[in-house]
Amino acid sequence: MANATTADHAHDHPTGWRRWMLSTNHKDIGTMYLIFSVVAGLIGGFLSIMMRLELQEPGLQYFSNPQTYNVFVTGHGLIMVFFVVMPAVIGGYGNWFVPLMIGAPDMAFPRMNNISFWLLPAALGLLLISLFVEGAPGSNGFGGGWTVYPPLSTMGHPGPALDFGILALHLAGASSILGAINFITTILNMRAPGMTMHKMPLFAWALLVTAFLLLLSLPVLAGAITMLLTDRNFGTSFFDPSNGGDPTLYQHLFWFFGHPEVYIMILPGFGIVSHIISTFSKKPIFGYLGMAYAMVAIGAVGFIVWAHHMYTAGLALNTQRYFMFATMVIAVPTGVKIFSWIATMWGGSIRFTAPMQWAIGFIFLFTVGGVTGVVLANAGLDRNLHNTYYVVAHFHYVLSLGAVFSIFAAWYYWFPKMTGRVIPEWIGILHFWIAFIGANVLFFPMHFLGLAGMPRHYVDYPEAFAPWNRIASFGAYIFACGLLVFFYGIVRAFTSSVRAADNPWGEGATTLEWSLSSPPPFHQFETLPRISGGSH
Amino acid sequence: MIGLKNRAAALAAMALGLMSGTAFAGTGQPTAWEMSMQTPVTEPAQFLNALHDGVNVVIFLITAFVLALLLIVIFKFNEKANPTPSKTTHHTGLEIAWTLIPALILVGIAIPSFRLLTLEIQLPKADITVKAVGHQWYWSYEYPEDQGGGFGYDSYMLSREDAAKANQPALLAVDNELILPAGKTVVVQVVGADVIHNFAIPSFGVRMDAVPGRLNQTWFKTDVEGTYYGQCSRLCGANHAFMPIAVKIVSPDKYAAWLVEAKKKFATVDQKAITVAAQ
Repeated sequence: MANATTADHAHDHPTGWRRWMLSTNHKDIGTMYLIFSVVAGLIGGFLSIMMRLELQEPGLQYFSNPQTYNVFVTGHGLIMVFFVVMPAVIGGYGNWFVPLMIGAPDMAFPRMNNISFWLLPAALGLLLISLFVEGAPGSNGFGGGWTVYPPLSTMGHPGPALDFGILALHLAGASSILGAINFITTILNMRAPGMTMHKMPLFAWALLVTAFLLLLSLPVLAGAITMLLTDRNFGTSFFDPSNGGDPTLYQHLFWFFGHPEVYIMILPGFGIVSHIISTFSKKPIFGYLGMAYAMVAIGAVGFIVWAHHMYTAGLALNTQRYFMFATMVIAVPTGVKIFSWIATMWGGSIRFTAPMQWAIGFIFLFTVGGVTGVVLANAGLDRNLHNTYYVVAHFHYVLSLGAVFSIFAAWYYWFPKMTGRVIPEWIGILHFWIAFIGANVLFFPMHFLGLAGMPRHYVDYPEAFAPWNRIASFGAYIFACGLLVFFYGIVRAFTSSVRAADNPWGEGATTLEWSLSSPPPFHQFETLPRISGGSH
Repeated sequence: MIGLKNRAAALAAMALGLMSGTAFAGTGQPTAWEMSMQTPVTEPAQFLNALHDGVNVVIFLITAFVLALLLIVIFKFNEKANPTPSKTTHHTGLEIAWTLIPALILVGIAIPSFRLLTLEIQLPKADITVKAVGHQWYWSYEYPEDQGGGFGYDSYMLSREDAAKANQPALLAVDNELILPAGKTVVVQVVGADVIHNFAIPSFGVRMDAVPGRLNQTWFKTDVEGTYYGQCSRLCGANHAFMPIAVKIVSPDKYAAWLVEAKKKFATVDQKAITVAAQ
């Protein structure tokens, strides 16, 4: 630890608010990202619980103005994507563990790291303001869905709510682009001596691919929403058909960003799960190169499949044929990942710790979400499923039960390393089972609702959809109870005197972060570690 | 709820005789606890359902396979059962297998799937063309002049009370259904008047965005008379959940009679809607 005698040291150790506000330390910034994500998660979770309360019975219970429900749906989506999942897996775990895993003292651009984080609270602030200013005539907030399709987002919402929303996305996007540049530079240039790309831990690979996806896709979103902003305020008509524009153009631009975005949310989870599976099977990862390049392939193909979100937009037959074919290709590298995780466990000596249970749960639930993705990829089948609850079920299985499960898995895996404290195993395991049961009760019935034809974004529904909706709502309440266990775990860890070992997980935990103290020193690897041993 | 009750009631009275309320349970509308798609009544929808049943079996087997492998791993390779972990990290044959076999399965799905897509998208020669225009928050339908039409009308959701009175499903029933004959190929031109809506009828396997400034087309043909319900499937604002689509398929004779009657009834109602068609 730094002290007065090392005052000439280039990196001092500020205290109080300066330590956080002016932080250039990747671990402190990572911690702030994680706290930010939890806070935003509570807001996003509150919105979803309100939605499930409303949908528990047919009729209007809580939302006398249906537009307010649409605002909640939109807020839930935007908050969960931009302010919960991305800050947790990229800003939080990425910042914390990419430098530790590759043997780097910090990120390449520590000050840029600071602004990356501090743009986010500002962005969230703008988004929250947008909930309370007029959007559609006579009601507050923007209720056009996270995809923000025009003309609903232009002529449909004349009030300033969406302008706040667009600026929020601009800030969040800038934050992510800066973060992406930081990760790419760090990973390409700051690996410890001897750590070739093919020896790099899979979490770093995942973040590298994710960072490229961010860098290439976010500027397109920024362009699209800027065009929206000028359509709304400055008389342009990019998307206005009455002046020669085309609403479908926006959809192409949005999904050119939007589809890579879903991989941005799940790829870091792939990396996390790989390490947890390997650690607790006490085996190196199976098919390391296949795993790394499967992520590269998913990232690359992820850029050329966007219009599978637009099968009902009136695309030409050949266009739909192409996008259907390209989309189905993604199932192959995804299958490689699933089978490689299982092969890693095969022959292993598995310890069923809390993070391991979360990771195994992730594999199964991600498989369920993946196979329904194959169904939806078929443009012909999508004809009856597009914009139904089947889609809601699908993307919550890959995100709420995929990405979020990977976030919790990482939480129970790295918590002792990050804090030096210990969450009792039973808490992580109890949280897992409550979440596993709750999330399945919540999202599995949505497949049935979708097959039966219930459309998304509905505040009210015909009587026939009531039974499965009621069950789904109970699932949401169960899942929410799991969060109480989650918070209790944090309280227990910080009130107990038990301290974590440097490597609490034993022989299977081989990545560099476990060679450091728990928590790691404020500045680590002042002498760079040397990586020896063969390539994969 | 949407402040249109009076108008809806008035139009409902006008359309009297067309609302016999002969709802086919399970066909044309969802049923409670339903776990599958609504009964298909057109060729693409039947193909769609059959393909979905097949793909469903495939994805169920894949999921069951993954679950079985996980269970084997859990019971066979836990710390107690297998204290010494193996060090295997490669198996080229296995890796090729789990790349190639899924690829082959996908090709197997893709072949019939391409046929289905073609069937859905390629428009056959139309016997009847109608136009469906999505508005915030109702549909309007237009029948062209050269097919005995030359009129258009609006179709609003019935309030819960009116639907109950008419013995029709709430939030699906409308005052004026889209009336079409059985056994005829119907091409529907779909367009949005203000924001994007979506014209969807699950039993027909039809789902098409109603985009302002873009004339989308879809088609169906069914021999089964009855009322088929769908709901707007593109978020379109406050009353997105309250602009259902109801198509009533009647015999060609009844249709001809209805055309004559409707021409008189709606001739004065919506000349305005025809001009929308010109956009």
